[in-house]
Amino acid sequence: MDNTAVIGAKTKKGQVITDPRMMMNDAPRTPSFFTGSEVIKEAVKRANVDVMVAYPITPQSEAAALCGELFAEGYIGDYFRGESEFAVMSQCAGAAFGGARVFTTTAGPGTMRAMENFPMWAGARLPIQCIVTCRGINSPLSIQPDTIEIAYLMNTGMLVWHAETAQDFYDWILKGYLVSEEPDVHLPLALCCDGFFVTHTKDVVGLTPAEMCLPPYDPYRSPVPCMDMECPPVRMMRDPFVMKSNYISYATHASWQQEVWAAAERSRKHTIAWLDGLIDIEDGDADILIISSGTAVSQGREAMRLLADEGVRVGLVKVKTLRPWPEEELREATKHASHIIVPEFNVIGWMAKEIKATIPNSERVVAGPRVCGGMTLPPEVIVEEVKKAIGMRSGVLAGRGG
Amino acid sequence: MSLDYVKFTPGFDAFMPKEYRDMVERGPFGKKTTVSQMGNFKEILEEHPMCAGCAMTLFIRLAIVAFPNPEDTITVGTAGCGRLAISQAAIPFVYGNYGDQNGVASGLSRGLRIRFGDKTKDVVVMAGDGGTADIGFQQVLHSWFRKERFTTIMLDNEVYGNTGGQESGMTTRGAVLKMAPLGKKFEKMDMVAMAKIAGCAYIATVVPNNPRRVESCIKKAVLIAREVGPTYIQAYTSCNIEYAIPTDKVMEDAKSVEDDRYKFTEYVSEDAKAYLADRYGYKEFIQRPVVTVPHV
Repeated sequence: MDNTAVIGAKTKKGQVITDPRMMMNDAPRTPSFFTGSEVIKEAVKRANVDVMVAYPITPQSEAAALCGELFAEGYIGDYFRGESEFAVMSQCAGAAFGGARVFTTTAGPGTMRAMENFPMWAGARLPIQCIVTCRGINSPLSIQPDTIEIAYLMNTGMLVWHAETAQDFYDWILKGYLVSEEPDVHLPLALCCDGFFVTHTKDVVGLTPAEMCLPPYDPYRSPVPCMDMECPPVRMMRDPFVMKSNYISYATHASWQQEVWAAAERSRKHTIAWLDGLIDIEDGDADILIISSGTAVSQGREAMRLLADEGVRVGLVKVKTLRPWPEEELREATKHASHIIVPEFNVIGWMAKEIKATIPNSERVVAGPRVCGGMTLPPEVIVEEVKKAIGMRSGVLAGRGG
Repeated sequence: MSLDYVKFTPGFDAFMPKEYRDMVERGPFGKKTTVSQMGNFKEILEEHPMCAGCAMTLFIRLAIVAFPNPEDTITVGTAGCGRLAISQAAIPFVYGNYGDQNGVASGLSRGLRIRFGDKTKDVVVMAGDGGTADIGFQQVLHSWFRKERFTTIMLDNEVYGNTGGQESGMTTRGAVLKMAPLGKKFEKMDMVAMAKIAGCAYIATVVPNNPRRVESCIKKAVLIAREVGPTYIQAYTSCNIEYAIPTDKVMEDAKSVEDDRYKFTEYVSEDAKAYLADRYGYKEFIQRPVVTVPHV
């Protein structure tokens, strides 16, 4: 099926299937004051989703429940609650095998419980979109935002994007399908945000018209045969090679893993076009750069302003996609920087590690400040880290000792 | 449309491999083949890497012959011996993660219904006792509670055969197996009772000795699952390796187990009976009007 052939047609719900470039770039936007969870609902409403599987876990429960309202209103083909996160992701896989556009949401420990499915999705080339509203995963319990789970997702073969704002979230849900369903990509997307900070706060978001929606998913553009008995041979595993030759098994598995990661690399060109680059740069000529992703970028931006008041010029790099990783872009952006500060909402500092592994002279990278367990990251803490790095005296922050 | 995949591409028919030629010319797609005709047509499952004398393979072969609409059927499985054979059949097979076959089948069944509208596409899960009653237990039961419309077949060899013979929830009490060095401590799980509680519309226990019966059960289960609700078949498919059953005694063992503790049972819900009678003309389920003889 040629997807463009349906443009202009109406869905059962009466939405007009719209050219994605027109819808995302040219259509009028209505400013709306919504929580991040409500924004997810608004994006899904326009995404022409066939199947959504839901399961409650804080802080994504609200978004999952709001999508249920969309189903009741007829905007989603099928919607049901799974019995655990592992089951939900398996049900999503089944629906995607059946050729449906699939959407789901998860968070924290749920993401980890479902983890077996994510590399399977990538290996089976299922372009499922999973919203990950990050929260603490380890004991003792925290339901607050903490991005440690992203470190695990980055090695599954999925595309991984990290939204900073509700506006990012809205646009990237829709653009996510456009990138991940490209035939030369066809990979699942983990679209992450920092739970509560994005999901439970209100922001003004420019929404595209509700009467417009994306073209439907066309499973015949998949690089692997879809499971529909309509085209042969349609076997998920043709000849169990593990029983015949370990050598064949190694070779098959190894070459396929490389193909999956190559597909993620091929997503660059589509992602750059849709997201206007894998990174955003503000005042990139500055000698000092703050680099981060998610809401740590917002805090970094505020730190920039505070430092500017004190006469310290600092630039900012917002990393939008973690997979594919913006390697060349970061090398170019950090070419002249003498100090690179990497604030993060997690204890392990995966972003700083990735940056250190990417750029030359990695001693320039300050792996911090970092907060974890759901604590907020005040911009003053970033300011302090910058001053420390450049040898400036700074006032003592409350609770940090003398 | 799915029958198109057993047609020759014009001009290439003379160059196709014999296996493919046989499938097109003598295969079961689009025909009403039955187990009594086995040997006279090209089967969907012929070659497999299973052990000599494997009862499970015979059962799988019979089950696939019995599918009412094989050209429009997708099988779903998980780790275990069974999938080694099922994945070699000439119909689609999905292998997801460990024990998630009923979750995958739930999504698949729903996805196919959305995509193909009124077309009939059957989904059949075939997994072992470990996959169904142990690691996959939660997803199996919940798919039944949700009334998902596909068939679940347990290939019950009462052991983890593929990993070398460990006890499963379906192993009988007292059986000495790897990981049960002093004999299994608890009873074989009553999955049939659970299927009934969970609301399956059709439930049967069978052994592979009686091909006509297997065929009948599979057919009914798949047909009922299309519109009425979930269906469950539990098949005794012994592991002759782990239970040391001589190859030539496998059928004898199945017969004695059937007589002893694995009797044929069949449950058909009232809705399913009416559906089979009305839609497919099953005479045994046609409700006869009750004739009341006036009391004189």
